[in-house]
Amino acid sequence: MKYFPLLWSNLKRKKARSILTVAAVTIAFILFGYLAAIRMAFSGGVEVSGADRLLTIHKVAIIQPLPISYKDRIATVEGVERVTHMNWFGGVYQDPKNFFAQMAVDSESFLDLYPEYILKPEEKKAWMADRAGAIVGRVTADRFGWKVGDKIPIQAVAYRHPDGTDLWDFNISAIYEGAKKATDTSGFYFHYDYLDEGTGGDLGFVGWYGLRIADPSRAKEISERIDALFANSPAETKTQTEKALAQSFANQIGSIGRIVTFILAAVFFTILLVAGNTMAQSVRERTGELGVLKTLGFSHGQVLGLVLAESCLLSVLGGALGLAIAWGLITGLGDPTKGQLPVFFFPGRDVALGAALTLALGLVTGTLPAVQAMRLRIVDALRRA
Amino acid sequence: MFQWLSQVAAVTALNLRTIGQRRGASAAAAFGVMGVVAVFVAVLSMAEGFLKTMTSSASPDTAVVLRAGSDSEMMSGIQREETRIIAEAPGVLRGQGPVASSELYVVVDVPKRSTGTDANVPLRGVQPAAFQVRDEVRILQGRNFQPGRNEVIVGKAAAAEFAGLDLGSRLRWGESEWTVVGIFEAGGALSESEIWCDVGVLQPAYRRGSTFQSVYAKLESPEAFNQFKDALTTDPRLDVKVVRETDYYAEQSQLLYGIITGLGFGIAFLMGLGAVFGALNTMYTAVSARTREIATLRALGFQSGPVVVSVLAESLLLALIGGAVGAAAAYFTLNGYQAATMNWASFSQVAFSFAVTPRLLVEALVFSLLMGLVGGLFPAIRAARLPVATALREL
Repeated sequence: MKYFPLLWSNLKRKKARSILTVAAVTIAFILFGYLAAIRMAFSGGVEVSGADRLLTIHKVAIIQPLPISYKDRIATVEGVERVTHMNWFGGVYQDPKNFFAQMAVDSESFLDLYPEYILKPEEKKAWMADRAGAIVGRVTADRFGWKVGDKIPIQAVAYRHPDGTDLWDFNISAIYEGAKKATDTSGFYFHYDYLDEGTGGDLGFVGWYGLRIADPSRAKEISERIDALFANSPAETKTQTEKALAQSFANQIGSIGRIVTFILAAVFFTILLVAGNTMAQSVRERTGELGVLKTLGFSHGQVLGLVLAESCLLSVLGGALGLAIAWGLITGLGDPTKGQLPVFFFPGRDVALGAALTLALGLVTGTLPAVQAMRLRIVDALRRA
Repeated sequence: MFQWLSQVAAVTALNLRTIGQRRGASAAAAFGVMGVVAVFVAVLSMAEGFLKTMTSSASPDTAVVLRAGSDSEMMSGIQREETRIIAEAPGVLRGQGPVASSELYVVVDVPKRSTGTDANVPLRGVQPAAFQVRDEVRILQGRNFQPGRNEVIVGKAAAAEFAGLDLGSRLRWGESEWTVVGIFEAGGALSESEIWCDVGVLQPAYRRGSTFQSVYAKLESPEAFNQFKDALTTDPRLDVKVVRETDYYAEQSQLLYGIITGLGFGIAFLMGLGAVFGALNTMYTAVSARTREIATLRALGFQSGPVVVSVLAESLLLALIGGAVGAAAAYFTLNGYQAATMNWASFSQVAFSFAVTPRLLVEALVFSLLMGLVGGLFPAIRAARLPVATALREL
């Protein structure tokens, strides 16, 4: 710590240069924060998926419906605790651009299976009591400014009333919060019974089934047993863990993770050069001084440490500033797509990784100049000055 | 004027000749710009490639008919009787019959080659007229499917991106088995991501009875669209919406294109700031290393204009070199790179190739020059303002 004033005055001798370097590092870490949040938005579903939940979908594709009669048969499979089902409603609220997921669900079992959607007890009671009731996640409610009690008309294309009209009215019974930051709160859920009655009373099919199993380690075996139940029937099934399905969806969007990593690599490579170049320059300019330091009795190791400490100081200053700005922007401004992403936050794990990276960046950029400074012989240094 | 120009030339030449002495710093500045431009081109070529695939083959004289209120074929539904009325409507091109194809659009799970996980690949049931409506479709290998048989032809891009769609493969979807009898190309269009079969076979296999989802109709001319549209939308027997194929696909690609380009410009702008800081550092150092030279020139009667120009020229040159190398690197590694993503509007996969378009390359170079300009401007001004006497005394 006693060397801090020395480090500080070294940074101050060329203020413009130090500020520019810190600014470049700051930019790199703002990008780091944003990209981490974007990656989380796309892969969050995989990370928070329940380990004890399986999904049974039509074998050909998830858009193919399954008979509602499968519910009781799945429930009989040993190891299955509870079964729920969902229908993709695919309706339009005012404008097709206002996209969000709407799902008709078997409400009681749905809330039981998905405890990460948090409702107040009285709100839950209100939902159960209202046939046309719906619960909506915080993100979507905020996006459209909905409050509990609002009446929301949604135009369905796939589900028409018997009279041929396709407008459905829903009452917002509750706005649910997510148990974790990464919980998707963009969904809109309503009663399957409402959908069934509204379409004439014999809908007879669901989109897919969700089920909870007692022992997650038996997922594979139970999946196979369920699929065997419906083998060679008109609607064969494919059962898999929620995680596996979420992963295959993430893969369908594309390798977001890989693209983000590629961009970050380019960013850090660029910044590395900028900062490394600055350090090299400032050491070169100070050759004479370093010689004097050594003459005064500073050891080679101490000189090495001084230069490294200086580059780390620059990088940590810039990094901390960048991470703080990124955190502030992500938390304050929120989702740049205005509610299209299910979650948008700076994951704590990535904040820690960023902090480690600031130090690593300082060490890497400082190493070469520091070693040069260490190897400097007093005579050469003083002569060159 | 001539004297001014010759001063510019002399000082600039001197600067550029001495870049070699500042090799490290100059290279770092150029590298910074290179990194930014490479990322800029890479991200935007993704957006361009996607847009090209989605919209390139759509033609203004093709109309798409869907059920009123639906945005995509997936959600639409049209009865057989309705398709007849649509095909007979005024404005539809006629060959041996109306050039209109009633189609069914579903997705099937096929594993992606790269990850092995299932993806929603579009399966389109078409009528024979489909090949006249989309006249860019050509069979590349094998043959076309025969009507009435469980045979499919697979788009070139789908065959490359997804596993098990090679010529001769047998596929089981639901209760029926299908054989891949041909691979087709469509000039890089969206249909290359699709699997096609006879709609008459697909309807019973998917229990769709006699319903279709869309009608693609070739019109006599692009101008015939309004006549066709008015005829259908005023017909009391129909409840449909009519869109031009170009508008239909432009609309579907808008969202993703917007997100990727927005992201690309955002990242490039931030990275560009970082690179400009690097360039500023380099140029300030270059100027301060030449303080004595510059002061000497000024003392000899050189004006400040040529000094400014010379510093700017140096930073522009460095940025241009970096930008050109970055753009070239992106072009050679990414142009034509095959990828697939989800088209949310149709809930199905689109295979596309990254497209490093000439416009993108020009934008990249302009962008790098801009970075060079900003990075050189302030140091140049400082160089011009150096008080001659102090600068000479300083050294």
